[in-house]
Amino acid sequence: MIKPTEKYFIEGEKGKWEVVIGLEVHAQVTSNSKLFSGSSTKFGAEPNTQVSLVDSAFPGMLPVINQFCIEQAVKTGLGLKGKINSYSVFDRKNYFYADLPQGYQISQYKNPIVGEGEITLDLPGGSKKVGIERLHLEQDAGKSIHDLDPSSSYIDLNRSGIALMEIVSKPDLRSPEEVNVYVKKLRSIMRYLGTCDGNMQEGSLRADVNVSVRKEGDANLGTRCEIKNVNSIKFMQMAIIYEAQRQVELLESGKKIKQETRLFDTKKNETRSMRSKEDAHDYRYFPDPDLLPLNLDKNLIEKIKKNLPELPDQKKERFISEYSLTSYEATILVSEKEISDYFEEVVKNSDKKLAKNWIMGDLFASLNEKNISITESLVTSSKMGQLIDFISSGVISGRTAKEVFEIIKETGEEPKKIIEKKGLQQKSDPKELEAIIDKIILDNKDKVSQYKSGKDKLFGFFVGQVMKASGGKGNPQLVNEILKQKLK
Amino acid sequence: MTDICKKSLTELVRLIKKKEIKSEEITQSFIKNINNDKKLNTFITNCSEEALNKAKNFDKSPKLDTLLPGVPIAVKDLFCTEGVKTTAGSKMLENFVPNYESTITNNLWNEGAFLLGKLNCDEYAMGSSNETSYFGNVTNPIAENTVPGGSSGGSASALAADLTPATIGTDTGGSIRQPASFTGTVGLKPTYGLCSRWGIVAFASSLDQAGPMTKTVEDCSLMLEAMASFDKKDSTSINKKKENYSKNLTDNIKGLKIGIPKEYRVDSMPNEIDKLWENGKNLLKDSGAEIVDISLPNTKYALPTYYIVAPAEASSNLARYDGVKYGFRSTKGNNLIEMYENTRSEGFGDEVKRRILIGTYVLSSGYYDAYYIKAQKVRQLIKNDFDQSFKKVDAILTPSTPNSAFKIGEKKDDPISMYLNDIFTVPVNLAGLPAISIPAGTDNNNYPLGLQLIGKPLHEQKLLNIAYATEKKINFKQHLNRWWEK
Amino acid sequence: MSIDKDKIKHISKLARISVDEKKIDGLAKDLSSIFKFIEQLNELNTDKVEPLTSILNEPLRSRKDEVTDGKIREKILENSPQKNEEFFVVPKVIE
Repeated sequence: MIKPTEKYFIEGEKGKWEVVIGLEVHAQVTSNSKLFSGSSTKFGAEPNTQVSLVDSAFPGMLPVINQFCIEQAVKTGLGLKGKINSYSVFDRKNYFYADLPQGYQISQYKNPIVGEGEITLDLPGGSKKVGIERLHLEQDAGKSIHDLDPSSSYIDLNRSGIALMEIVSKPDLRSPEEVNVYVKKLRSIMRYLGTCDGNMQEGSLRADVNVSVRKEGDANLGTRCEIKNVNSIKFMQMAIIYEAQRQVELLESGKKIKQETRLFDTKKNETRSMRSKEDAHDYRYFPDPDLLPLNLDKNLIEKIKKNLPELPDQKKERFISEYSLTSYEATILVSEKEISDYFEEVVKNSDKKLAKNWIMGDLFASLNEKNISITESLVTSSKMGQLIDFISSGVISGRTAKEVFEIIKETGEEPKKIIEKKGLQQKSDPKELEAIIDKIILDNKDKVSQYKSGKDKLFGFFVGQVMKASGGKGNPQLVNEILKQKLK
Repeated sequence: MTDICKKSLTELVRLIKKKEIKSEEITQSFIKNINNDKKLNTFITNCSEEALNKAKNFDKSPKLDTLLPGVPIAVKDLFCTEGVKTTAGSKMLENFVPNYESTITNNLWNEGAFLLGKLNCDEYAMGSSNETSYFGNVTNPIAENTVPGGSSGGSASALAADLTPATIGTDTGGSIRQPASFTGTVGLKPTYGLCSRWGIVAFASSLDQAGPMTKTVEDCSLMLEAMASFDKKDSTSINKKKENYSKNLTDNIKGLKIGIPKEYRVDSMPNEIDKLWENGKNLLKDSGAEIVDISLPNTKYALPTYYIVAPAEASSNLARYDGVKYGFRSTKGNNLIEMYENTRSEGFGDEVKRRILIGTYVLSSGYYDAYYIKAQKVRQLIKNDFDQSFKKVDAILTPSTPNSAFKIGEKKDDPISMYLNDIFTVPVNLAGLPAISIPAGTDNNNYPLGLQLIGKPLHEQKLLNIAYATEKKINFKQHLNRWWEK
Repeated sequence: MSIDKDKIKHISKLARISVDEKKIDGLAKDLSSIFKFIEQLNELNTDKVEPLTSILNEPLRSRKDEVTDGKIREKILENSPQKNEEFFVVPKVIE
């Protein structure tokens, strides 16, 4: 049952205000070359070394579209349950900026490649569907560097012309937390599809955040402001909180909100108006006459659809039924494709309950501690599987396994080797354990009678003694069983 | 050898292939003519020295199995030529030396030709008289103080004055055909998409086409054969098999139908033009063609449509000239915006600025639907008119221009009057059709006038054949007394 | 429609072309007459006409996703009026 999510409000002096948020996410398409030129898209290259004559807009240069980028956009659109438009047009968005060599950006205006779709968010209070307005392809701009020289700016066009997917959400988001979940889900879907690596530090994913406020219960939308180019989820949240507060204060003091473009200042933690964008609203869009309209073959769309990998939502449903996971557990395990792949490799041959507990517990903790991703961990899925198998088969106890895990985490050594080297095998021979237990019972006759006359807590004492005598290697289950039996 | 420079391109190629003449001799002759010209101002960049070296190298080991072996050719300064200044007739690119070669010129060089020089033109191809060039006006060799037409004015003038055996221009609204008409030469605008636009300084992307400018139709077919090619670097390039236009040229046009559009008879048209048009009709009949009356009802709206679409595209194409990557940069201005505004204000001439402003306006918010979209709708109607007519005819015959060459300065202060020069040529670009202008005769001042033949898309061979047959019958001869050498 | 001075100033700002105060009147006059000329199109009823989308009846051609260009920094920078070894250099941008 879908419960309404907890509502987020700004407490103003004159009442509660709802925050309405829409996101325009710019996601760099994973491809070898740029959208309209053959230059490389690799991150981190020396300035202006991944730039062609077309990218730098020399006289007479012309665009030729990258087929793979088209397919990546279609794939992403399908992943967002979007309507794939078989007819779409590339338009020129005209404005002047130093990092825009053509004086226009090739984008899509009236006829985008993908229409309406949706993303389902898994929130603590239940799931929520967020509408997608559209997805279109466009060129990324170059980079201006302002801090290397007091009177000049330096221009690097490596990024100029890389394919971007602009994904516009409907104004369905209502809180910074929803924005967090939305961006992570969108990112996860694209990483599953392989259409965008979602690496925000490298600039693969950025967002323009549209924020407006309205009185609780008001059905109309307030005037919105757009906060441009925010490149981390944390900053998006901080920007939203500041901006919503700013708008509430303005409105409560009787002023109007001016619809404008703003920047988030990460140092001062506030948004401010962008001077240069004042007159840039008139982009004079018109269809690019150097290109023709794009007509997508229905067979191509079908082919892409057929070859789509399993997406997070489907995988989550399957995990819940196939591996008896709770919705919460499944959500976590499908949040990243690498995690879900890891999990499935482990449970192929190993106990699923142990697998989920160990992965979500010790493994995740170790990833956080080392600030690495699951694919970088020395605890590979096969080593994890082996470790779990040793627990299942009783070779080692759960507690010992934690010790072994720590070693694998640091050295990458195989569990088998570690256990053998350190002689960590559990004592699971009943005869051996019986002998130890018999001796302890013998040596602690008084405690035995105390236990037998009702002091149940003493059971722990006996377990401790057995563990001490066995060097900590007594199979806990067997120890319990045999002790219970002998102490009857 | 009698005046080498008066020979046709076809004849020169024939002589070279028969080893009756050397490339060096040809090149020297043209260089002499270029150097003797004191008045026409057709060349912006003279490549005589390099041309002579190339000619000598060619003669050392001549490769004769190409279309234009050992032929020096000067080209409109809108084609980017590697290592050679390319200015587009503008201060903005006054010192711009491209490190790449346009596909069209590359095709010519691959066929054995080499660069003789870069020819003057209206700034960024915007003009109909070659009076907007930063490098000064070009004069028409037919008479002192007359315009050669534009924007390929330098090309037409150099050709008519025998300073180059053939040349290439670009045509966006008539910029090859109108100067051809004014100078008594032949000029062809191919079907949109037949010739690659890669490496040509762009004016209006959906209208621009490079084309040959020559003394005869035969030469024209030879040049077109060398120029046309599928270019995968140009998304508007048509993937079509190459044709042997010159080999298949014939004057047998029996049974072909020629349309005469009634809307091209404008009231203000001088008598002489009407007479030449009528004469052309009759000559075609003599050649066995059938004359058909047709109607192109939306003709009068072509020019206003053009003056919305072309400036709109130009305003966007010229946005890249900002002083950052290449070209002129103003020294005035304290920040980026001021640098842009001053660079573009100082670097562009008045006509270019005027058209950029018009284009910016018609695309701007609130006006886009009323102007740009409206124009694209009318453009569709104009194209439909032609499509309908071509169901009935193989080609259409019209005058090339509504008047002959006018005096330098005569129309400079009246933009509309200047624009009206293109009234017969502009509909062709809007519809993406091929069209050729051939000299039809002269007016009362003895100034040449041209007739235009418009063809079906990609039917250049048929068009050239009809033009060839007509040219033969007209037998136009132009004798200029080389006054520009004094 | 007549084009007034304010319109010219606004449009030239959009087009990043500074216009000489002395020339604005002449420009306004020229543009007004040009616009009067192009407004002839209003004589035509085009309600049922689709705007031309492309003069060619061809599909949009695409290319393979291969790296075929770049690594020509010197070539890219050599024509710039102001540059250093790695970048284009422009007057400071104020944000």
